[in-house]
Amino acid sequence: MIETGSMIETLAQKANANCALRHRGRFLSTTFLLQVGATNWLITIANGEVTAVTKGPFVMPTWVFALRADSESWAGFWAAEPKPGFHDLFALIKHGLLKAEGNLHPFMANLFYFKELLATLREQRPA
Amino acid sequence: MKASFEPIIGRYLNLDIGGTPHRVYVEEAGQGTPLLCLHTAGSDSRQYRAVLNDPQITAKHRVIAFDLPWHGKSSPPAGWHTIEEYRLTSKAYVAIILSVVDALELDKPIVMGCSIGGRIVLHLALDHPDRFGAIIGLQAGAHVAPYYDTQWLHRPDVHGEVCAAVVSGLIGPYASETDKWETLWHYMQGGPGIFKGDLYFYKIDGDIRSQIARIDTSKCPVYLLSGEYDYSCTPQDTLDAAELIKGAQVTIMKGIGHFPMSEAPEQFLAHLKPVLEQIASAR
Repeated sequence: MIETGSMIETLAQKANANCALRHRGRFLSTTFLLQVGATNWLITIANGEVTAVTKGPFVMPTWVFALRADSESWAGFWAAEPKPGFHDLFALIKHGLLKAEGNLHPFMANLFYFKELLATLREQRPA
Repeated sequence: MKASFEPIIGRYLNLDIGGTPHRVYVEEAGQGTPLLCLHTAGSDSRQYRAVLNDPQITAKHRVIAFDLPWHGKSSPPAGWHTIEEYRLTSKAYVAIILSVVDALELDKPIVMGCSIGGRIVLHLALDHPDRFGAIIGLQAGAHVAPYYDTQWLHRPDVHGEVCAAVVSGLIGPYASETDKWETLWHYMQGGPGIFKGDLYFYKIDGDIRSQIARIDTSKCPVYLLSGEYDYSCTPQDTLDAAELIKGAQVTIMKGIGHFPMSEAPEQFLAHLKPVLEQIASAR
């Protein structure tokens, strides 16, 4: 099992090192909630750059949209070679494992960005 | 690199469909048994480039792929700008295919379609088995329940690129970057609202669950090939359909997703060729 907490804390470093991803998100500024099992994270993006990754619990969190799934589903998504059904955010949604809620406009208008952003946490395939 | 033409010839076919004049773009290559190829929702016939360029297939088949009206290089009908919303229906889809078959004077072609094309070939096998030599359904199932709000696919505050982003995960994770992004490029080039309108057929109007068991494979053989990473039409959806169609033959293609012919052309051709040989030996 992946130790997801420390992995998610690397999101800003991994995402911001990806010039193509930052360019793709250059018109995107938002805060979304990422729920991994019982743990919540607030992730803030400014002009495509991840500027804050904050671990909960939160007292009165403000977010535009939320992506919620259990730990096992995210572990499947972040596996180096994800199994069918775990390889894409929409695959998780189709199988009822991921809930997208709130104001989904920034998510859908920047869907390539968010798919790639969260996939930056994927384990590297063995060489 | 030495410049070279591919053997594919593209032409525009002017024909009436349901009494309305249409200009439809048709590509073809090869000679022999006609093999008519139907593209997925919101895309176009470029998906079949590998089949059209395969010398082994074109040695024995006249491979034909056309862009549905409103797709690729086929025009929408005159007056399209007055139509409030494009929606593909089963009836209209069948009429388009039969009109092209008639216009090209194809004698019992094999018809192969993917996704919406994989669904409509089931309708053809059910209602017009005498017109086709066999059907090959790629990513074919009897029904797909909606799993996201398709309104996002056509609204002025979301770029149409979202269509490609929605389907990107339907491509298997082992597809080459070149083939993956070529497949997605086709989706990025779709007309506004066209993918969404095609999904009206796929998710609502084209539901064939209640009739599929009546398909008679002795009149029109049925072959179903599905990629294991497709979560739109899952392998189980295809297996469920095959369970109801007596005599249907199924192949689950490992490592492949929803667009076998364009995302993993070589692997797909390896699955397709034995099917074509089987059809030829029975023909």
